[in-house]
Amino acid sequence: MRAGLGKFLQSVADNKWHWLAALVLFAVIGGFGWAALAPIKVASHDQLFTIPHGTWARRMAGEKIEILPHTIRLTLGLNDVLLLKNADAVPHVFGPTLIMPGQSFSLPFAQASTYSFMCTAHANGQLNVIVDPAPAPGPERLRWRLAELTDTVWGLTRAEWHSHRGAS
Amino acid sequence: MRLIRSHRFAALLLSLLAVMTPAALADARPGLKAGMFNPAYMAPDFSLPGSGGSDVTLAHYRGKIVLLTFGFTNCAAVCPTTLATLAQARHGLGKAADAVQVVYVTVDPARDSAARMREYLAAFDPTFVGATGSESALASVRQKYGVTAVKHGSGRDYVMAHTSSIFLIDRAGKLRALMPFGHDAADFVHDIRLLAQ
Repeated sequence: MRAGLGKFLQSVADNKWHWLAALVLFAVIGGFGWAALAPIKVASHDQLFTIPHGTWARRMAGEKIEILPHTIRLTLGLNDVLLLKNADAVPHVFGPTLIMPGQSFSLPFAQASTYSFMCTAHANGQLNVIVDPAPAPGPERLRWRLAELTDTVWGLTRAEWHSHRGAS
Repeated sequence: MRLIRSHRFAALLLSLLAVMTPAALADARPGLKAGMFNPAYMAPDFSLPGSGGSDVTLAHYRGKIVLLTFGFTNCAAVCPTTLATLAQARHGLGKAADAVQVVYVTVDPARDSAARMREYLAAFDPTFVGATGSESALASVRQKYGVTAVKHGSGRDYVMAHTSSIFLIDRAGKLRALMPFGHDAADFVHDIRLLAQ
């Protein structure tokens, strides 16, 4: 038994570079496999839009304020709940409904499609919500994760650059 | 020796994939299928001449779940679809449908008399109640709910572009949710059951 173990350890030592290469290969394949297949979990599904306090007063003063874009793009499984918050002191027609001061309205979407709502907050009277399907397992999900990773790294790099610039 | 190594490699690869291949469970989030208001406030009440002969108020239906929608009887697509869906939902609820009231407020009082609405709604479900009234009274109700109605065309064949969502009001009279147009009867049944709890 002891001899067998010793032989095994010896063979590992003899071929350590092979093992290392194999482990790196496994890690890379495993990483890509995970990125392509693992379900996407997000902390929140909410896509938040807030009417800031004072919006009504600013509008009354003649200021043109666009809070909601004409077209909102959501993705199933990621940000598929449109969350509208009214932080102003008066009711607002916001997207598909009237929202009272301090109230929020969360609208979940379960099907990929294009939704149109009458919305008096927009000049053309319409709000479009385009809901895209969730990134499918495989290349699509892998691409999404790589894009997320790139965005995160790019964001961190920019933040670092700005902090250095601010310090100097 | 090479054979053993390749077996080891394959076993390791398979075990890695087994660990990393997810059981892609659907994310079962609780809640309504409709959009929810938080906090929920009392639904603005109104008193309008009803298709049943007496005035329609929300207070009258306290204790029931009210599905409130706006439209006009000459509507070609949206209203027939909505009303048929709501009738199907009531059917799907079985006995629990007794605790559900559909209220259909016209946006076209010029053509939608109480009698006309009664006849129109009976084709979908005889329990549905219509509400009509003066243009100003109806405009006031629409404003309270953020509902829009815009006349397009002229003569006898004009149409009304209107908000197509359905408001869900709970037994206590609170405006709890708004179901956008396009949801099927099963979604209404789901939400009504949740609101009834």
